[in-house]
Amino acid sequence: MTLLRTQNLSAFYGDFQALFDINVSVEQGETVAIIGANGAGKTTFLRAVAGAIETAAEMVLFDGQPIGHKTPHEIVRLGIAMVPEGRRLFPSLSVEENLQLGSHSERTGPWTLKRVYELFPQLYDLRQLPAPALSGGQQQMTAVGRGLMSNPRLLLCDELSLGLAPVVIRDIYQCLGAIAAEGVTVMLVEQDINRALDASSRFYCFQEGRLALTAPTKNFDRAAITAAYFGL
Amino acid sequence: MATGSQSVYVERATKASRVFAFFAVALLVALVSMPWWGDAGDMRLVGEMAYYLALAQLWNLLAGYAGLVSVGQQAFVGLGGYALFYLTGPMNLNVYLALLIAGPFAGLMAIPVSFAVFRLRGAYFAVGTWVVSEVFALSASLIAVLGAGSGLSLTVPILREISPVRDVRDSILYLMTLAASLFVFAIVYLLLRSRHGLALTAIRDSEPASASLGVNTFRTKFIIYLATAACTGLIGGLIFLQKLRISPEAGFSINDWTVVVIFMVVIGGIGTLEGPFIGMLIFIVMRELLADYGTIYLMLMGAIAIAVMLKAPFGIWGWVVQRYGLQLFPVGRRLTLAPLEDLSKR
Amino acid sequence: MDWLNILIQGGLLGGFYALFAIGLSMSFGIMRLVNIAHGDLIVLSAYVALVVTEDTGLDPFSSLIIVVPVMFALGYALQRGLLNQTLSGGLLPPLLVTFGISIIIQNGLLQGFGAYDHRLKEGFIETASLRFPGGLSVGVYPLVVFAVAVFAIAGLQLLFYRTRLGRAFRAVSDDADTAELMGIDNRKLYAVALGIAMIFTAIAGVLFGIRTIFAPSAGPIRLILAFEAVIIGGLGNMWGTLIGGMVLGVAQAVGAALDPTWQILAGHLAFLAILIVRPSGLFPRTRD
Repeated sequence: MTLLRTQNLSAFYGDFQALFDINVSVEQGETVAIIGANGAGKTTFLRAVAGAIETAAEMVLFDGQPIGHKTPHEIVRLGIAMVPEGRRLFPSLSVEENLQLGSHSERTGPWTLKRVYELFPQLYDLRQLPAPALSGGQQQMTAVGRGLMSNPRLLLCDELSLGLAPVVIRDIYQCLGAIAAEGVTVMLVEQDINRALDASSRFYCFQEGRLALTAPTKNFDRAAITAAYFGL
Repeated sequence: MATGSQSVYVERATKASRVFAFFAVALLVALVSMPWWGDAGDMRLVGEMAYYLALAQLWNLLAGYAGLVSVGQQAFVGLGGYALFYLTGPMNLNVYLALLIAGPFAGLMAIPVSFAVFRLRGAYFAVGTWVVSEVFALSASLIAVLGAGSGLSLTVPILREISPVRDVRDSILYLMTLAASLFVFAIVYLLLRSRHGLALTAIRDSEPASASLGVNTFRTKFIIYLATAACTGLIGGLIFLQKLRISPEAGFSINDWTVVVIFMVVIGGIGTLEGPFIGMLIFIVMRELLADYGTIYLMLMGAIAIAVMLKAPFGIWGWVVQRYGLQLFPVGRRLTLAPLEDLSKR
Repeated sequence: MDWLNILIQGGLLGGFYALFAIGLSMSFGIMRLVNIAHGDLIVLSAYVALVVTEDTGLDPFSSLIIVVPVMFALGYALQRGLLNQTLSGGLLPPLLVTFGISIIIQNGLLQGFGAYDHRLKEGFIETASLRFPGGLSVGVYPLVVFAVAVFAIAGLQLLFYRTRLGRAFRAVSDDADTAELMGIDNRKLYAVALGIAMIFTAIAGVLFGIRTIFAPSAGPIRLILAFEAVIIGGLGNMWGTLIGGMVLGVAQAVGAALDPTWQILAGHLAFLAILIVRPSGLFPRTRD
């Protein structure tokens, strides 16, 4: 069942066009990767789906319903949550408060504070600390936990690996696997191509705001990906 | 894509501005000759329009171009007025000399003021300038030689220095106001046409970007603040010369000198030279039409200013520019392509 | 100069200024909006209380039962209907729109009530005083106001740090865009914020109207006093605002002791001096 589908999605920053006719679909339960070079439009795409960028209503369909015109908070209530690029934790709030903030949309589901602490046991001991006191990896876990707290059907992850050590990245992606196993559909943007392809069943490659390539990840020819990535 | 050589040159005037210049000159002639065909009441009204226009142009320069939204310019109006009264009164100076000093005096006072207020930004800067104005007003009300709370009056001998004949005096004062207003407008216009004007537009568009290109943003703003203060002081001196009395409340009145000026600029079109003209005309018309209903016209102007800010933030003239691309006072620089050389003829 | 008296009078006056400042501080902290009409809203509250006391015969303290909800609703409507639209336009729209509102309120009050002075009467508490050994006499009313200020700030701190709503306020203050991405309806939250700010503004207005005569033009100076308290204390810190108010009050008391006509001026000068020497205030805590 198609959970998310974009139809000829175009997005603008003022007069500048960042996305050109993007057609992406995500089936329920899948993990889909969006890859591409810097400036290819990956984050813009996620933000458009999350409602932070204005698009025409029909350009984004969630569960068959047009949501392109809706505000970000309405979209969270429908079941799409974002783990923003750079974490964007709230510095005045403690770890636990950041997590609790995620449940503001009052969606019900399996993800509670207890469940999140089970997934990320480190965070339990750190929960009273102000968010900026944590390491990069711990902050990333908090950001993911915060997204989960809204019990989303679709989790958007923007550059989980940004600025993190390889060991930490590995741990986070393991958790991501556990999240997907619980039935959460995931769409992730990732600069680290190998990570992205290992974690997903299908991928889309963006290049300068356009869709350059899409295919199942299994056994796909890496050379073809590189060519699409750089627009060769 | 154009190929071959094409030269590019910088153009200042537009077709509309040339047409407008013609009408402007005609209007100017009419205004200057008013002492000969108008009466005292007409001259008083036009004089008022002239000094409000000057104040509006100055506030526009400060807020619309330099990004310094001051809610305390009334400080310099009062300083200029008090300087005039003090110099002609207790100091016994000639009235023309006193007028010439009033402006620079206000400009000088802007220096210590800037030490305090330039520490603040945005809306805080605005309220800070207001506090400074209150400080001047309160100080004036406490200083005996300035008449304390009741203020000072202009004595008859001072008025006689301008002219012993009432009609001649009215005409001279009117022409001086007109001249000062034109002078202020000329300064604003030339400033905006100059390199400093270009710097201002750059700062207005993006302060960090322009700073990174080498524009000295602090110095530019500082100079504009001083120049505006001095011109405002000059206008203040002229205003109170004609009012014949000054008091702390009147001299430093935010309602008289700042509120209406801000509304004029905002409604007319902030950041444009044409805007203050339109705003001033709207203000005068509304005030005259609604004169019998107390301060309703102020509330109406406030409501219109709010509506303009929300729906058409660039004001009436800004809307005209967006719609028709008109510019009557050419300050922009447009790159124009010279006609293509016919390469076949080489 | 009776220094103890000056310190106490001035310090208690700080309670007043802190109460004035709460609404302004909230507006700025949560919405990044400096509400130029803030002082006029304090005065408007006093006038609303005047109408309520005259129509119902309630005393001013009791009139708060009506004045507070009225002002809450006004604040909510103002933010939701008007001010929310100014937030994305940069510096000028919020400043000029609140400026316009200020002028409308002032002139509306002028048209409605005339330029006369008014006063709310609460009776004996206005002049009662407590006597302490050593000849020290402290007014009961200033003590009450100071206590109200302390409770108000403590209450707000509780709101901010122990409630879900307060968490949302802090998140939005940190990062409004991300807050929205987490499911917070910013526009409604801002409206609630101004509504709550107006609760304190209403209380401040009524308390002020009992102590001082007021007229439609009394707004601007209240804004300036509130502003000075916030800046002296340092942005982003409510307790700092209380200290800032007390510093302002003491400066004014010193000026008044030298000469009663110097009171307000002394406060302004202290403010400017602190601004020049320590521009971020005494206890700044904000990330701007």
